[in-house]
Amino acid sequence: MTVADVLMIALGAVAVGSGTLVVTSAHLVRSGLYLVVSLGATAGLYLVLGAELVAWVQVLVYVGAVVVLLLFAVMLTRAPIGASAGLDRPAGPSALIGAGVGFGLAALFADAFRWIEYPRADPGTAERIGGEIFGTWVLPFEVLSILLLSALVGAIVLSRPDIGARRAPEQTPEEADEEVPA
Amino acid sequence: MPLWLDLLVRVVAVMVAFLVLPLVVGQAEHKVMAHMQGRVGPMYAGAFHGWAQLVADGVKFVQKEDVHPHGADRTVFRLAPIVALFPYLLVVLTIPLGPHGLVAQRLDIGLFLVLAILGFGVVAVLMSAWASANKYSLLGGLRGAAQLLGYELPLVLAAASVAMAAGTLSLPGIVEAWRPWWLIWQAPAGLVFFVAGLAEIRRPPFDMPIADSELVFGYMTEYTGLRFAFFLLAEYVGIVVIAALTTVLFLGGWHGPFADQLGWLWTLLKVFALSFVIIWFRVSYPRLREDQLQRLCWLVLVPVSLAQLVLTVAVKSLT
Repeated sequence: MTVADVLMIALGAVAVGSGTLVVTSAHLVRSGLYLVVSLGATAGLYLVLGAELVAWVQVLVYVGAVVVLLLFAVMLTRAPIGASAGLDRPAGPSALIGAGVGFGLAALFADAFRWIEYPRADPGTAERIGGEIFGTWVLPFEVLSILLLSALVGAIVLSRPDIGARRAPEQTPEEADEEVPA
Repeated sequence: MPLWLDLLVRVVAVMVAFLVLPLVVGQAEHKVMAHMQGRVGPMYAGAFHGWAQLVADGVKFVQKEDVHPHGADRTVFRLAPIVALFPYLLVVLTIPLGPHGLVAQRLDIGLFLVLAILGFGVVAVLMSAWASANKYSLLGGLRGAAQLLGYELPLVLAAASVAMAAGTLSLPGIVEAWRPWWLIWQAPAGLVFFVAGLAEIRRPPFDMPIADSELVFGYMTEYTGLRFAFFLLAEYVGIVVIAALTTVLFLGGWHGPFADQLGWLWTLLKVFALSFVIIWFRVSYPRLREDQLQRLCWLVLVPVSLAQLVLTVAVKSLT
C-alpha cells in the first residue's frame, strides 16, 4: 500500500464518518459543522488524486460559501445549543434506502471496472482543466452560465416588490414602497 | 541541502514569520495610533519605548483563568480560536518573499489556494458566535458572516484580474510577470482588493461585527485569556497576510533596485508600508454602518472589479 492509498482510506473514513454524524447528530448547528469536516475531507480526497484545482474549488465554494450560508440560515431561524428533541425521524426506511442505493452503486462500479488497473491520469492542473472546459466542454459550460444568470435575475425579481414581487395584500402601494431600502 | 534540512528550515522560517511579524505590526499599531492621537503609547515594558508591551500582554493572557459561559457549547467554543488562526498559517506558507524560489511552498495554483483558505475564516466567526450562547456574540457573528460572504466576491474578482494579466495562478509567477506599468493598469483592482481585504479581516472601518459601542465585542465577547489572544493574533496575522497579498499581487513583490540581492527587503518594506496604511485607516475613519457596508460592497466594489476584468482583457488582447 502506498502513502496515497493510506491517505485515501483515512480521508474517506473521515468523510463518511462525519457524513454519518451530519444526519445522526441531534445538535442542529453541530451537524452543519460536521458537514464542513466531511466536505473538507472530500477536498482532501481530490488532492490525493492529483486534482488540485477541483480540491480548492471544493473548499472555496462548498466549505467557504454553501455551508456558511446554511449555518447562517439556521442561526437566523432557530439554533439552540444542545440537542433538539424534535429532530428524530424513523430511521428504518431511510437507512434501508440509503444502504440499498449504496450497495447498488458499489455493485455497479465493481462490475463496471472489475479489477482492471488503469494508468494514472495526468494531474488536474488549472491549465488542463481550463483547456478542457473552454475547449471540449464549452457548450455545457455556457448553458450552465445562462442557467445561473437566469436564477440570479429570478432571485432579484422575486425579492424586490418595486420590479415584480407581489406586495403583501394589506399594504397600500405607498407603504410598500417606503419599506424598500432606498 | 538534504530534503529534511530544507523542510526544517522552511517550517521554522514560516513559524518565526508567523509569530514575529504580527507582534511587530501589533506594536507598531500601539505606537502609530498613540502618536496620531497625540499620546506616547506604551513606554515602560522593556524599558525602551515599551517594545516588550505585547510580550507582557502575552504573559498576562497565559495567566488568566479559562472561563466558559454557562450555556456554551464547550467543544465548539474551544475549537473556534484555532480554526480562526489556522487558515492564516497556511496562507503564510505560500507568500513569496524574494526571487529564486524564496517561498516556503511553491504551488502552481497558490492564488487559488489563498483565496479558498481565506474564505474558510468565516466558519470560525460563526462557530465562536454561536457557541458563546450570547445574543451580542450571535449578532456579531451574523454580521460577520454577511460581511465576509459579500466581500469575498470583489476580493476574488480583483485577484482574478491580476491572474489574467499575468497568465498564471502561481504567486511567484505573478510577481515575475509584473511590470511597473501594471501599477496604473491594475490600480482599480488593487484598490478593490485592498479594501475588500480589510473587510475580510474585519478591521476598522469594517469592524461592524465587533462594533464595541453596540455589540460589546461581537463574536469575541465571551473569550478570555489564551483563546482571546488567539483571536487577537489572528487579527494581526490577518493584517500581515492582506498587506503581503496586496504587495505580491499588485505592488510587484520583490521588484525594486537590486532586486536580486535585496528582493526580500523590498517585499518586507512594502508589507510594512501597507500595514501602516491599515493602522492609519483605523485611526482616521469612523465605522461604516451595516447598510453602508453592504452598499459599498455590492454597488461600488463589485462593479469596479467587473469593469477592471473587462479592461484587463481589452489591454491583454491588444498587447
